Amino acid sequence: MQYLLMIYSEQGAWEKLTPAAQQQGMAAYNAFTEALRKSGALAGSNRLRPTSTATTVRIADGKSQVLDGPYADTKEQLAGYYLIDVADLDAALAWAARCPGASHGIVEVRPVWSMPE
Amino acid sequence: MLGEDSDRQARGTADVVARRSYGKLLAFLAASSRDVTAAEDALAEAFAAALTQWPQRGCPSNPEAWLVTVARRKIIDAARRRRRGEQATVELASIAEQLASVAAAGEIPDRRLALLFAAAHPAVEPGIRAPLLLQTVLGFDARMIASAFLTSPDAMAKRLVRAKSKIKQAGIAFAVPDRDELPGRLDAVLAAIYAGFTEGWTDPAGIDVARRDFTQEALFLAQLVAELMPNEPEALGLLSLMLHAEARRPARRSAAGEFVPLSEQDTKAWDANMINLAEALLQRASTRRAFGRYQLEAAVQSAHVHRCRTGENNWAHVISLYDALLSICTSPVLRLNRSVAVAETLGPVAALAEIEMLAADRRMAEYQPYWAARAELLSKTGAYQEARQCYDMAIGLEHDGAVRRFLQRRQAALPS
Repeated sequence: MQYLLMIYSEQGAWEKLTPAAQQQGMAAYNAFTEALRKSGALAGSNRLRPTSTATTVRIADGKSQVLDGPYADTKEQLAGYYLIDVADLDAALAWAARCPGASHGIVEVRPVWSMPE
Repeated sequence: MLGEDSDRQARGTADVVARRSYGKLLAFLAASSRDVTAAEDALAEAFAAALTQWPQRGCPSNPEAWLVTVARRKIIDAARRRRRGEQATVELASIAEQLASVAAAGEIPDRRLALLFAAAHPAVEPGIRAPLLLQTVLGFDARMIASAFLTSPDAMAKRLVRAKSKIKQAGIAFAVPDRDELPGRLDAVLAAIYAGFTEGWTDPAGIDVARRDFTQEALFLAQLVAELMPNEPEALGLLSLMLHAEARRPARRSAAGEFVPLSEQDTKAWDANMINLAEALLQRASTRRAFGRYQLEAAVQSAHVHRCRTGENNWAHVISLYDALLSICTSPVLRLNRSVAVAETLGPVAALAEIEMLAADRRMAEYQPYWAARAELLSKTGAYQEARQCYDMAIGLEHDGAVRRFLQRRQAALPS
């Protein structure tokens, strides 16, 4: 089954880290990604740019509305994701716990709603 | 003001009874019917009734007996609602009689051991035994248990319900097994307690209150079993093993919260009283001359303590203990731990050769200590590039931030 691990973390916290801590953080993510890849569970992954670069779009009354900024203005924001393919939820939760994001933020685990062919 | 005071007092008394006697009351209520769920519901209702009635009428002189009396009435009412007819009446009469005779005496017999054996029965799925013990004997809720066992609360609650209905429907007895059956059955109870303990132990800093409590409560269960079965060497062995691990907790983190490996721990930060107790238990167990897994693992801990305190090289002794363990149960984790001792006596190349046999094991592929040990050994042979890659795997598989940073420091210290 596929699960999306969504990493929510405090905006701007990364920039406040010392370069050494940033390097350590990056290395931890690389190691996690590599471990996922080697186990054959990795289906996709990306880090997102901060929400200062976000733009939202919606169509209301036939008119498009484009707004600067993220959908929800919360302290924690979506910072990246892993799409993984594992046997069950317990396996997905085990990977989520290993994700460095679970230590510095929150990892939300959502099963992918797979569409029939 | 008076109302508030008596309210607080009632709540306090109820809290104390819930903490100290929950398992005892539940075990007693469930023992005759084998219906754990019905007993849980009745006990919950009895506690709720206590919180409304005790502030008004004052706390009863024997709160446990009061709760049992109320819960018993709830169990009978619920059973009456569910079933009608003669059969039900006869059954109810017998349940009521059994519960009443004891409650009248005021002294509630301790059936927790029977509950432990029922929850860890071979007919109960092994993975749910530890959670079931935590819920029934200790009164933890499913949500807290789920989070320690890294499972969704919903799934955990469902599995607990299934296990309890299995106990009832399969007619699993609430009894301590006979002498000839005991060794195997006791093993399952000890294994479930140990599983509860190790779940708690993955948080050595004790930041997570739920997990720290698990460790404490698992220790309490091990103590209970050791007290109730003082002639079972493995029960004593498990308690000794757990006390050894617990005694070193304060030294496993630096003041800054960083992970400290055993070889670098400050032995003065260890809890000396706890270690003495662990040693005495192991001593007492060994006089029975029936060695098992937990006594041997406790002996390994005891050897580590001795070496760290005196500096005496006792790795050969550690290897012989692992050999004895491996003759009882084959486990890749035991092999891995043995290889660490081998590295200390025969060197990293010999240890790597042992570890090589484990590489094909699927369980090892996602086991952080395997990759960390491998990295450590490779770095000692000068294979820095390979060591670096193994550290990467270990770091990627670790979920404790402090341990992850420790591994990263080791990796960074490798010569390029």
